[in-house]
Amino acid sequence: MSVASSLPHDAARLHVTGAARYIDDIPTPKGCLHLAFGMSPVARGRITAMDLDAVRAAPGVVAVLTAEDMPFENDVSPSNHDEPLLAEGEVFYVGQPVFAVVAASHLAARKAAKLGQVNYEELEAILTVDQAMAANSRFEEGPRVYSKGDAAAALAKAPQVIEGSFEIGGQEHFYLEGQAALALPQEGGDMVVMSSTQHPTEIQHKVAEALGVPMHGVRVETRRMGGGFGGKESQGNHLAVACAVAARATGKPCKMRYDRDDDMVITGKRHDFRVTYRAGIDAEGRVLAVDFVHYARCGWAQDLSLPVADRAMLHADNAYLLDNIRIESHRLKTHTQSATAYRGFGGPQGMIGIERVMDHAAHVLGMDPVELRRRNYYAEAADGGPSAPRSAAPTPPEDILDPRKHVEYASRGSVSEVSQPGVPAAPKGAQTTPYGMEVEDFILHGLTDRLLETSDYAARRAAVAEWNASHRLVKKGIAFSPVKFGISFTLTHLNQAGALVHVYQDGSVHLNHGGTEMGQGLFQKVAQVAAARFGIGLEMVKITATDTGKVPNTSATAASSGSDLNGMAVKAACDTIRDRIAAFLAEQHQSEPAEVRFEGGRVHVGSESYAFAEAVERAYVGRVSLSATGYYKTPKVAWDRIKGQGRPFFYFAYGAAVTEVAVDVLTGENRILRADVLHDAGASLNPALDIGQVEGGYVQGAGWLTTEELVWDGKGRLRTHAPSTYKIPACSDRPEVFNVALWDGANREETIYRSKAVGEPPFMLGISAFLALSDAVAACGPHYPALNAPATAEEVWRAIGRARDGV
Amino acid sequence: MSLSIRLTINGAPRDIALEDARVTLLDLLRERLALPGTKKGCDRGQCGACTVIVNGKRVNSCLTLAATLDGAQVTTIEGLATGDRLHPVQEAFIEQDGFQCGYCTPGQIMSAVGLIAEGRAGDDPERIREGMSGNICRCAAYHGITLAVQEATRRMAEAEKGDAA
Ligand code: FES
Ligand code: FES
Repeated sequence: MSVASSLPHDAARLHVTGAARYIDDIPTPKGCLHLAFGMSPVARGRITAMDLDAVRAAPGVVAVLTAEDMPFENDVSPSNHDEPLLAEGEVFYVGQPVFAVVAASHLAARKAAKLGQVNYEELEAILTVDQAMAANSRFEEGPRVYSKGDAAAALAKAPQVIEGSFEIGGQEHFYLEGQAALALPQEGGDMVVMSSTQHPTEIQHKVAEALGVPMHGVRVETRRMGGGFGGKESQGNHLAVACAVAARATGKPCKMRYDRDDDMVITGKRHDFRVTYRAGIDAEGRVLAVDFVHYARCGWAQDLSLPVADRAMLHADNAYLLDNIRIESHRLKTHTQSATAYRGFGGPQGMIGIERVMDHAAHVLGMDPVELRRRNYYAEAADGGPSAPRSAAPTPPEDILDPRKHVEYASRGSVSEVSQPGVPAAPKGAQTTPYGMEVEDFILHGLTDRLLETSDYAARRAAVAEWNASHRLVKKGIAFSPVKFGISFTLTHLNQAGALVHVYQDGSVHLNHGGTEMGQGLFQKVAQVAAARFGIGLEMVKITATDTGKVPNTSATAASSGSDLNGMAVKAACDTIRDRIAAFLAEQHQSEPAEVRFEGGRVHVGSESYAFAEAVERAYVGRVSLSATGYYKTPKVAWDRIKGQGRPFFYFAYGAAVTEVAVDVLTGENRILRADVLHDAGASLNPALDIGQVEGGYVQGAGWLTTEELVWDGKGRLRTHAPSTYKIPACSDRPEVFNVALWDGANREETIYRSKAVGEPPFMLGISAFLALSDAVAACGPHYPALNAPATAEEVWRAIGRARDGV
Repeated sequence: MSLSIRLTINGAPRDIALEDARVTLLDLLRERLALPGTKKGCDRGQCGACTVIVNGKRVNSCLTLAATLDGAQVTTIEGLATGDRLHPVQEAFIEQDGFQCGYCTPGQIMSAVGLIAEGRAGDDPERIREGMSGNICRCAAYHGITLAVQEATRRMAEAEKGDAA
């Protein structure tokens, strides 16, 4: 049995020998040309003159492209067709590509790009939340509002009201492999593109649009990425489209990769948010009402900002049953990089809002913050395990067949294009989220108990208090935070996947599916599923590059959905072939197909048993098809994002963390001393890979909230565009003591082997590090520290002042 | 002006003509010598992805000018295994799950080989973390990386003892 085992990554040996190839490692075909962009130095302006003669004359330059040279569409947006690849008369952020240089080498292209003479009439740029609000510069007509109960009335009646506002910084993906693409022109105007992307279908679509060919004229291949984290869901479009257009124009293969600086300056990042809150609480710590306002800085183009901001709203409750809540969300348009997907996709920003409220309430009431949280938890699911499937109300078919051209169906950005009618309501009396979804699988009561025990929370909390009472210069803090994260694409139709499986005459299996590998171990997990279905060893299964020519119309590998969707699709394909072989052998042996068993590398039928390869050979000779596609669509989900009602998620993934920190009172310098994590991966398909995801998620989440600070100056220039100025957690920043365990329950929903998605949820465990810093700072004075994120040493130092002296 | 240097790369001597005196060792390896196992993460000495061993010491190959290396011995990730037999550090990275996306891995492994040779860290996790802190892993596989370095250090020390005995 190959599922549920801790096997290393599929490409482990390739990785440790340096043989694993990324885009820039693929030997380039002869005559390959290289691209670089000339970029805007101003945040907002009109192009008044463009003289590119010096660029054209530079050594090695073969061609220079501007917006006018784009033969068809000049657009790389995954949503709103508002993002020209090359600027069209106006520029909207510092770093925006204005022209592209095609040259004999990467260096020649980069050098030549610096020679462009472009004049701009500078216009006033909108950079901050306040500027955008004042100018009413936004996406969508006004704020989105989701609500439940009557927050205003409940606030008016509440015994006590707390309020505040805090800033939550963005985050640079810093996938260690920068963006890259390679376009190879084919006969008849077709194009093959190798891309470091989480979304090959989107690349295929945008390239086809730019070349004016049907999607069948473009094939996109992705073997692996050197990290993605959301930053390769839409941000690779630029390079792929530019390479394809240049390859079409020159007839030569074209490659592009961003240097690190350019990557950081050009590409979108996590949305930074301001969250303001008013919460009504009672003396027991019950949160009676909350009113949130989210201000998301989306940058200059829409990209995926609407679903990101939606998901922030959908996580404004986190683990807490709130009867009266209102969430107002402003999606602000600013002259900065177009903010994009990043692990958690807005969920973390929404979640930290309510965690802040809990923290603030506990401080005001002088209550233990864990106890206060538990009092507000959703009720525990009656049974932790699988339940009998309930018949859902029938949903009318979705009307997604609008013949309008260029709709971004396969993108999460297409929210405004597709309506979702017929959303069924949760049953009466059920505990529901602010968006009307019943919470049926809550396990945080039990999970919290276990974590508090294993982390020795109570004793350590007392020890921290004791330490703080006797130390003036170093204060300690400890904090607990839970995670409840919704799994599924909120754009319902994206919750589908396909797979293609071939079994060859010798019993070896070739496997392809729509998901992409970026280090999360998806390929390994999916191969385990295939091996288990056929009852064979993993060495018999070959996982091949994601390829739009093999599996079409795929969704991005995002929203943590990779294994859930693709695992099921692969299972379906394998089962089709298995059933065919079983039927064939059963007939030969006068047995029943259901009695044919595939296990231990053999196929058992009646009293007979064949090696798998032998059974396959017999089936082949018996003219049985040994190739099949598989398809899966997630059941139960239906969502109306305008009303904010429905069931956007198939299920929730849970987790919790306890973090302890120490803070130097004079400088604000700080350190994570210990972190304990308990995370729910359902019945894990591969515990070793899942633990890796949990650890990595925690560290990346803590990095976002502590050291990773993005700074733009008054001219809209990103000042932190290299690892020297943007501090990513290093090996030495990892908590000194770091205990990570998986919760041992199964998913109550019927997912692949009852596992749960694990890519994004653990990211939010890092919130406990932020809260622990807040706890340490609170030990410095009587006032609430009102910490902003990231809590850099400087911010911690400022907060110490606030704790001492009040704001 | 063209400049000629002699390097021993993964045990094999190579005479190399450099048209550009400013070419880095990293670009030389990746673009001229078809050794793309050494990765480019930042190209400015800040991430460690390009770490190789030069004359027994670990260096960031993106900061090292090839022209300054005449006569040097260079070991890259491609030259670490002996035939099919992996180096103990490579083995330990597989066993301890010392990576996710794998992009930092060649640099981490070469850095670990250098660190172990320096003999500064022993198998003390705190000092290993410090000694490996020049190698960023964005996937944050740090736990596995630390364990792998510890494990390899021990195994190599034992093997040495075995050899001496
Ligand atoms: S590429 Fe050399 S240190 Fe980053
Ligand atoms: S494994 Fe991805 S950067 Fe280290």
